[in-house]
Amino acid sequence: MSNVFATQVGALATRGITRTMRQPAMWVPPLVFPTALMLVNSGGLESATHLPGFPTDSFLAFALAVPFIQGALFATMNAGTELARDVQIGFLNRLQLTPMRGSALLAGQLGGVVLYGVVQAIFYLAVGFVVGVDFAAGPLGLVVLLLFSIVVSLGFGALGAGLALRTGSGEAVQGMFPLLFVFLFISSMNMPRNLIEQDWFRGFATINPVSYLIECVRSLIIVGWDAEALALGFGVAGLIAVFSLVFSSFALRKRLTRT
Amino acid sequence: MERPNSIEVEALAREFKDIIAVAGIDLYVEPGEIYGFLGPNGAGKSTTVHMLTTLLPPSSGTARVGGYDVVREGPKVRTAIGAALQEAALDPLLTGRDHLRLQSTLQGLPRNERKARAQELLERVGLTGAADRKVRTYSGGMKRRLDLALALVHRPRIVFLDEPTTGLDPQSRAALWDEVARLRREDGVTVFLTTQYLEEADVLADRVGIIDHGRIVAEGTPAYLKAEIGRPSLHAIPASEDDRVRLATFLTRYGPPLDAAKNVAVWLEDGYGLADVVRGLDQEGIELADIELRAPTLDDVFFAKTGRSLEGAADEDAAENGQAAERARA
Repeated sequence: MSNVFATQVGALATRGITRTMRQPAMWVPPLVFPTALMLVNSGGLESATHLPGFPTDSFLAFALAVPFIQGALFATMNAGTELARDVQIGFLNRLQLTPMRGSALLAGQLGGVVLYGVVQAIFYLAVGFVVGVDFAAGPLGLVVLLLFSIVVSLGFGALGAGLALRTGSGEAVQGMFPLLFVFLFISSMNMPRNLIEQDWFRGFATINPVSYLIECVRSLIIVGWDAEALALGFGVAGLIAVFSLVFSSFALRKRLTRT
Repeated sequence: MERPNSIEVEALAREFKDIIAVAGIDLYVEPGEIYGFLGPNGAGKSTTVHMLTTLLPPSSGTARVGGYDVVREGPKVRTAIGAALQEAALDPLLTGRDHLRLQSTLQGLPRNERKARAQELLERVGLTGAADRKVRTYSGGMKRRLDLALALVHRPRIVFLDEPTTGLDPQSRAALWDEVARLRREDGVTVFLTTQYLEEADVLADRVGIIDHGRIVAEGTPAYLKAEIGRPSLHAIPASEDDRVRLATFLTRYGPPLDAAKNVAVWLEDGYGLADVVRGLDQEGIELADIELRAPTLDDVFFAKTGRSLEGAADEDAAENGQAAERARA
């Protein structure tokens, strides 16, 4: 990476982080809501741990995986909305008039999203430790979990950026939010797939990529080292990241109309 | 080889589906000149600026800015120009200084120069006291001044200002005019200024191009264009609204009617003066609230070239654009 490119990425990422920090509404809800939902769900569904085959006796440990993915969705939509706003108010034109490389715009945007994703992951882990969750995979597992958070943030971040660049509309980006939440809720977020009784729900959860993201995180927390869950989780997250990066790159090329 | 600060445009055109925004214009802006590009909303001013600043590829024609072709040498054009576009696109959550820091970094200024350059520009546009305030707290005039400072960060040879004073109060407008004049006077910068304000073009521009429906309908110095019209216009307001039609009919004895928003107005034909009209009105028994003889203005030039006043044209075009949007939605 050349010096100039790195400087441009750094400047744009700094701007993204500065903007986020100056809007508590951008960074507080992605931390608080997923945590609150986890605590509420854990309170109500604790008895599910008595089901035969349930993988842990702590629903909190089981549910801790969910905020990682839910928080990433929140942050992604926020980041996408911010970029769409840049298009709408003409700030992107200002940037286009500089020697900024298009790829630096995307990298800077995603740099901010990924950094925030890591902060979120550390926050959820801290909450987990505070409420007494044991981390089965140990210290190395924490590192793997942070790495996984980076890949997930990158994937969803690029998706949000791609939507923003493609549509140039914050409303359109936010319109995706309910759809992503459907994916989150019809997944294995509240119950292991093998214990879901409704066939249609279990079928959807099985083809739903979000299930594998959650199960990857969950395996590190409650199982330790589960090669299959890790492979599926990283595989799905990697595929989402590759697809989203390609999509956002094309959207960027179309959006940057400068000669 | 040193490149000229000129802008050369030949048969430049831009179409959007079935709409012709710019219909093949030619113009030449001398190095160090302030060129006023005057026209109502929707006339094609901003589309032209977007093409000249490389933000929009032309459908046909050629343009060289600072000696570089806007299509084939976009990156080189961008190093030569600064632009403050119509929207004053600023980030409300960043401070003025944050903006200048970002801009100077992206423009590739050496790290050790950025801070000093930001301070210099903040002083120049009178924003030192507000430099560390978020832009959302700025007034319209402050935003425009910051926008101008951002356009100057990398010391461009040519500056494009797209309606820089639209929506500003007279004081802010005058302050910006001073800064634009200073740019040319002290730095020798070529300024391409679009405006829908006649007064702005008249005060600032060395030469004016008048654009309407994507075509340049007149070009020259403001004095030349006004002299070309030659005749003064007479504007009158009847004392009673009931006399408006009678007054309009009467005044046509002295020249062809002029489309004026509030007044009844005519172009005075050679041989007639204010005294002739006043005598005639007295004989007819038409009482007036006000009467005024006006030297030709750029609005008169616009009217003479397009058959409508600049103000009326803006309204018409807004209505046309609204109807077009309705049709597009349908």
